[in-house]
Amino acid sequence: MDILRFATAGSVDDGKSTLIGRLLFDSKAIFEDQLEAVERTSRDRGTEYTDLSLLTDGLRAEREQGITIDVAYRYFATPRRKFIIADTPGHIQYTRNMVTGASTADLAIILIDARKGVLEQSRRHAFLTTLLRVPHLVLAVNKMDLVDYSEARFEEIREEFTAFASKLNASDLTFIPISALHGDNVVSRSENMPWYEGTSLLHHLEHVHIASDRNLVDVRFPVQYVIRPHNATNQSLHDYRGYAGQVAGGVLKPGDEVMHLPSGLTTRIRSIDTFDGALDEAFPPMSVTLRLEDDIDISRGDMICRPHNQPQVAQEIDAMVAWMTDGVRLQSRSKLVLKHSTRTARTVVRDLQYRLDVNTLHRDESATSLGLNEIGRVTLRTTQPLFVDDYARNRQTGGFILIDEATNSTVGAGMIVDAH
Amino acid sequence: MLQRDYTTSQLDVLEAEAIHVMREVAAEFERPCLLFSGGKDSIVMLRVAEKAFWPAPIPFPLMHVDTGHNFPEVIDFRDRRVAELNARLVVASVQASIDAGRVMEETGRRASRNRLQTTTLLDAIEEHEYDAVFGGARRDEEKARAKERVFSFRDDFGQWDPKNQRPELWNLYNTRIRKGEHIRVFPLSNWTELDIWHYIQREGIEIPSIYFAHTRKVFERDGMLLADAEVVQRGEDEPIFEAVVRYRTVGDMTCTGAVASTATTVEQIIDEVAATRITERGATRADDRASEAAMEDRKKEGYF
Ligand SMILES: Nc1nc2c(ncn2[C@@H]2O[C@H](COP(=O)(O)OP(=O)(O)OP(=O)(O)O)[C@@H](O)[C@H]2O)c(=O)[nH]1
Ligand SMILES: [Mg+2]
Repeated sequence: MDILRFATAGSVDDGKSTLIGRLLFDSKAIFEDQLEAVERTSRDRGTEYTDLSLLTDGLRAEREQGITIDVAYRYFATPRRKFIIADTPGHIQYTRNMVTGASTADLAIILIDARKGVLEQSRRHAFLTTLLRVPHLVLAVNKMDLVDYSEARFEEIREEFTAFASKLNASDLTFIPISALHGDNVVSRSENMPWYEGTSLLHHLEHVHIASDRNLVDVRFPVQYVIRPHNATNQSLHDYRGYAGQVAGGVLKPGDEVMHLPSGLTTRIRSIDTFDGALDEAFPPMSVTLRLEDDIDISRGDMICRPHNQPQVAQEIDAMVAWMTDGVRLQSRSKLVLKHSTRTARTVVRDLQYRLDVNTLHRDESATSLGLNEIGRVTLRTTQPLFVDDYARNRQTGGFILIDEATNSTVGAGMIVDAH
Repeated sequence: MLQRDYTTSQLDVLEAEAIHVMREVAAEFERPCLLFSGGKDSIVMLRVAEKAFWPAPIPFPLMHVDTGHNFPEVIDFRDRRVAELNARLVVASVQASIDAGRVMEETGRRASRNRLQTTTLLDAIEEHEYDAVFGGARRDEEKARAKERVFSFRDDFGQWDPKNQRPELWNLYNTRIRKGEHIRVFPLSNWTELDIWHYIQREGIEIPSIYFAHTRKVFERDGMLLADAEVVQRGEDEPIFEAVVRYRTVGDMTCTGAVASTATTVEQIIDEVAATRITERGATRADDRASEAAMEDRKKEGYF
């Protein structure tokens, strides 16, 4: 059985948490004691129905305010798949938490309140999910019960969103009309919307094809940790030197010719080791240990790739950056710490090329800084070379985080678009 | 050749993710330690640690916060496993914290050392200057845990601030802290109770005997079956009887309930867990029943 990771997105109160509650409830992933607790709380507050959003809004402050503040991770499985759900907040103030939840998602469900249509925050989240290259999008038009399950309203929203999405790199987009509160088209097809000919949301989640989303072409193995047992009692381990890491791209096999960066030296893979024995091949997302034929000086932060297929070795990087703090602003000459794969370097912002208006996708080239939740294209210079790919080609070797040295907070997320 | 389907099973994905997390900690922190209680989650975590660094030994010590109210079977198991691995175990004792006047023993029938553990844990982290502490907590256990990052920042007082967590993107973890602060790291964040059992089955991992059905003297309180033991205070109105039970979680004897069960193998446990309609903590933990936000409040104070 494989795993599908998906995230919710959309504006405040569009029904994201309710949808997740409904999905868990209808697929029998809710336990009696959890349901009792939610029913009790709903009753105590005088809500007439069981407020399923309480199943994921687990923090005291969230329950008090009736909104989601930070991502909640929930799990359920059907006979076809295991699901990891990130229920993210819609409130603009907590956009960074939405980005956290969406960064690892295979699929995002963007909710729209059928009464309100496509809002600024729906556009922001749709844009962010495509910027993060979430490979599959579902646009769920929710609260259809409040618009008499109207096909005309659904079509109107579909058209409006399609027009906006044409300006994004949305690869796979599916529209589903639902009522999270009543369960229409969530687990099974609704009788209230006979005009809808597609599948239910759960059916879509179970069947969407994700195996080809990984990059199995470009061999990328960021060295994470060097394993040297130094074992005095076991002589056979005395000279053991293994390079441990998680495969970020491509398929590695013993005997393959590989190149080490930054040295540029080539050698062959002697063996792919694991606790459970040597492997014939390794591919993402496996965590393995490589032993190489030749003695090369290799340490954490280095990269193993193929001689004819290398990442860029770059100190000048162009990237789209999502800024996530209201403490300081990102501007030209900002100095930050950058963490990319297993390498950390200091970096300085050379140039803010433009700030993007997420509503219109207009590029404001006169902007001089980025504030909380703003997105722009920047040029960075790093103190050390990084081994990078375009984010569009590989999420693992194309993404990085920015850390403020003064506070140690994570203040930005970057997606590489060009490097030299 | 390219027709091959490179899908990875869920257990392999979860294991690879956990190994990545452990290596990241070993590479970026100076003094990590791994909390090992002898419970099923920490047993699985320890196995993953073994795999992450093999053929080298695990490059950090283990720590157990010993309340003195543990099940003896679990302590035996702990010591055996530590010896097998030739690991270093640090025992932080709640009794010692009480004796030193750091905390006050609760009194009465429902007295428990559960909450006192937090002080003992934080004192030990400070004393040994640990900068990263691995915990076996899973997000599916409880709704506050469901909100926590894999790398969870703790301030000078060991506190978790749920409203101000660091963004955590992809598999890039921000490991930067100041002296006195630390990070709690949860490699099993994305595992469910069933994943844990499937993994124990697949790996053939040994677990303490109390996870399997056995006959035990128990009494009933709040719909839970508590063990009859010296450390558990029992009222006259709580008669003892014998029952065939097993434990779904392993905590203190004073607040961990047993469930009626006849499962004597891991396969049978899996069938039972797959069919159950009550969460493991709901079924077995008095400490979580205290209030809606009991776990969140304890976590804010620095609890596991
Ligand atoms: N009538 C109707 N109400 C709904 C539906 N889905 C959600 N709601 C209601 O809309 C309100 C907001 O729902 P939530 O699930 O908390 O919204 P959210 O998108 O998670 O909000 P944030 O996480 O704070 O952004 C609640 O009162 C829900 O009961 C629906 O399909 N129909
Ligand atoms: Mg919500």
